[in-house]
Amino acid sequence: MCGIAGIIYTSGRGDVGRDMTNMLQAMKHRGPDSTGFALYGEPDDLLVMRFKLADPNDGNDFGYEERLNRSRREVESRLAKIGADIDRVEGESEYAYRATFRYDGELKPLADYVEDVPGAEVLSLGHSLEIIKDLGDAETVAEQYRLNDFTGTHAIGHVRMATESDVDIAGAHPYWAYPFSDVAVVHNGQLTNYHQWRRRLERTGHRFQSECDSEIIAVYLAQSMADGMPLETAMKQSLEDLDGVFTYLVVTQDQLGMAKDEMAAKPLVLHEGDGVVVLASEEGAIREVLQQEIDSYDPYEGEVMVWSR
Amino acid sequence: MEQVMQAPTKPGRYDIRGLAEPDAEAPRTAVISGTTAELDAADLSTRRINLELRRLLHEEGVTDITLHNPKARHSIAVGLLLRCRITIEGSLGYFGCGLADGAEIHVKGRVGWSVAENMMSGVVVIDKNAGSLTGAALRGGDLVVRGHVGARTGIDQKGGTIIVGGNAGSMTGFMMQRGRQIICGDAGPGLGDSMYDGVLYVAGKVASLGVDCVEEEMTDADNELIDRKFGIYRLDRPDTFRKFVCGKQLYNYDTLEPSERKLVL
Repeated sequence: MCGIAGIIYTSGRGDVGRDMTNMLQAMKHRGPDSTGFALYGEPDDLLVMRFKLADPNDGNDFGYEERLNRSRREVESRLAKIGADIDRVEGESEYAYRATFRYDGELKPLADYVEDVPGAEVLSLGHSLEIIKDLGDAETVAEQYRLNDFTGTHAIGHVRMATESDVDIAGAHPYWAYPFSDVAVVHNGQLTNYHQWRRRLERTGHRFQSECDSEIIAVYLAQSMADGMPLETAMKQSLEDLDGVFTYLVVTQDQLGMAKDEMAAKPLVLHEGDGVVVLASEEGAIREVLQQEIDSYDPYEGEVMVWSR
Repeated sequence: MEQVMQAPTKPGRYDIRGLAEPDAEAPRTAVISGTTAELDAADLSTRRINLELRRLLHEEGVTDITLHNPKARHSIAVGLLLRCRITIEGSLGYFGCGLADGAEIHVKGRVGWSVAENMMSGVVVIDKNAGSLTGAALRGGDLVVRGHVGARTGIDQKGGTIIVGGNAGSMTGFMMQRGRQIICGDAGPGLGDSMYDGVLYVAGKVASLGVDCVEEEMTDADNELIDRKFGIYRLDRPDTFRKFVCGKQLYNYDTLEPSERKLVL
């Protein structure tokens, strides 16, 4: 089933961490397996990289901690080797980390080099995007990663009911559009031409970390934008190119977009208010952010909308 | 082996089978005056709201209830099987006012998917927009949405009337078997797809017709019906209604062999 939510402050900033936690917690019944956040803080000339070195499902066996430490040192030394000037690396949980560094080169070689470390996965990379995802409901994840103080401009989130792939961090949304800076996607639905698109994108050199169909939407959109298409055009084209039932939200450094398939099979409620646009699979989630009676509607089939901040 | 069920400790929790508050009781917080009552749902769980509505209607002899602060929750005011009047001061989530038989419900906000699902008789009026699957499997009564509705309105409709003041999404009247829908705005693609019977009136543009849905001449009886319904709910009647019905080619069988059928058609 899955639940998705998005919020963008069209003027100014807000408590995106707390708002998104409340919205996702209100939709816990739609997906109790894992929860993920893509939050946009203040853009910085430093790059922020969120990565993990193990999975919560991995056995906490003999030598686990030592392995993590070794991998972490390896990531740091690889970052330095490829030319990144490391600002700091913080442990966010026992297996997930947040690194900030200065780096001017291409992102793909860097991300590939980091992911070559055993167990490593780059969850997000960009100047303001930070993806946090883990098993459990929104409050559990928000507490674990201390998201309540996170202020920013826009965010998307996802509660997952796993249907087609494993319950682990690799299968949790949002997906970063590896290796494109600051693009992320959450998705509710199933893509029926997933394998076709995965092979097509793999042939052009993209890597996929999970077996989850949603991962291709992020890479597909970012590739189209890298080829020069505006976000909205790329999303409209995606309605032609992607088969199946889906409603997805996409975020870039300054935009938030939604697209719904031509069957309108997956729900989305939308409220465009004063200075804030809020979207969610259920209106109950929007009410966690805006308590008063609001005007809201469901976008129609085949609709694509984009908001900028 | 007999398993001991844990009673839920906090409202809104689930037991180990996933049942919501199996031991909940009506909260008895409504303010009753004669046959009317006011219920503030702000701090009540869905189950306790519905239990309280039932208590008021069946035990207290109340016939007119105003519900405050529904906070867009799902499955509110479902399964009301008697004549009563419910006013909901706010919006509902999914599956609101479902399985009704005889209730008159006025929702002053918007509703999510599947409102008034499987209503047998009665009236449901929604002042703002509604989600998809509005009036799914409706059997009777009137469902009036003053705003827009999502996709597949009246899917599998078997009777009754759905009136939409605004636009309707794709596949409106999908597989409908009886009853009528009156849509004042535009209808999305696939109008009346695979319908068996029933009538769809659309005043605005129709994006496309579904399989086996055809246009028919409006008759005086059609106009009279629309006038009458719009009079009851005080709606502005557009004068551009067109009528769409089943072409009777898809689910209507005859005794012809396929080869004979080709000759006849």
